[in-house]
Amino acid sequence: MKAVYFAWVRERVGKPEEIITPPASVITVADLIGWLKGQGEEYAYAFENGHVIRVAIDQTHVKHDAPIAGAREIAFFPPMTGG
Amino acid sequence: MSTVIRIQREDFDPQAEADALTKGRHDVGALTTFTGFCRHEEGALSALELEHYPGMAEKELQRIVDDARARWPVQGITVLHRYGKIMPGERIVFVAVSGGHRGEVFAACEFIMDFLKTSAPFWKREHKVDGSHGEWVDAKDADDQARERWK
Repeated sequence: MKAVYFAWVRERVGKPEEIITPPASVITVADLIGWLKGQGEEYAYAFENGHVIRVAIDQTHVKHDAPIAGAREIAFFPPMTGG
Repeated sequence: MSTVIRIQREDFDPQAEADALTKGRHDVGALTTFTGFCRHEEGALSALELEHYPGMAEKELQRIVDDARARWPVQGITVLHRYGKIMPGERIVFVAVSGGHRGEVFAACEFIMDFLKTSAPFWKREHKVDGSHGEWVDAKDADDQARERWK
């Protein structure tokens, strides 16, 4: 699946998007954040306060207990500050 | 009824956008508009930089407009949001709602802004007058609370 990052999550990870291949044991968004945290220092930094990160699957907001099965694009970003 | 949603780098003309919702119509009794601007924050801010999630931002604004239409019998709705670098005094966001009466257009406009601020994927970063690399703006609890009142 494609992972996309925005704002300070993007800056900390150091790239706007990438293809990720999490193992089968990763079922939910929370699992995926936990797995990403282990992918290197930059990920550990980006996801250090994993609970504050907002997530969208295929451009729709989801909660951290949402399953990721079937997701084509999963986005990670800080709480929104538009308007 | 017409919905216009645009996410654009360039400025917009609030009067022209408002006129587009009322021109030639005899059924509009009320029109409200909201325009949000970039503040200078006591002179400390030289610009805001707005990042967005292309595709999702449009979808999320459409979903907010659909929710507003499900609650109030309004007519035209226009939502514009800029991205990129925006200077103090410049416009950032615009919402216009037309309808038969003031009650529904005031309510729908506020509802759209409250949800736009907390669920449309836009992020602001500050650029400081002293040239320092600004911080990303933190989300405000007050914005979450403003949204809660619509439950």
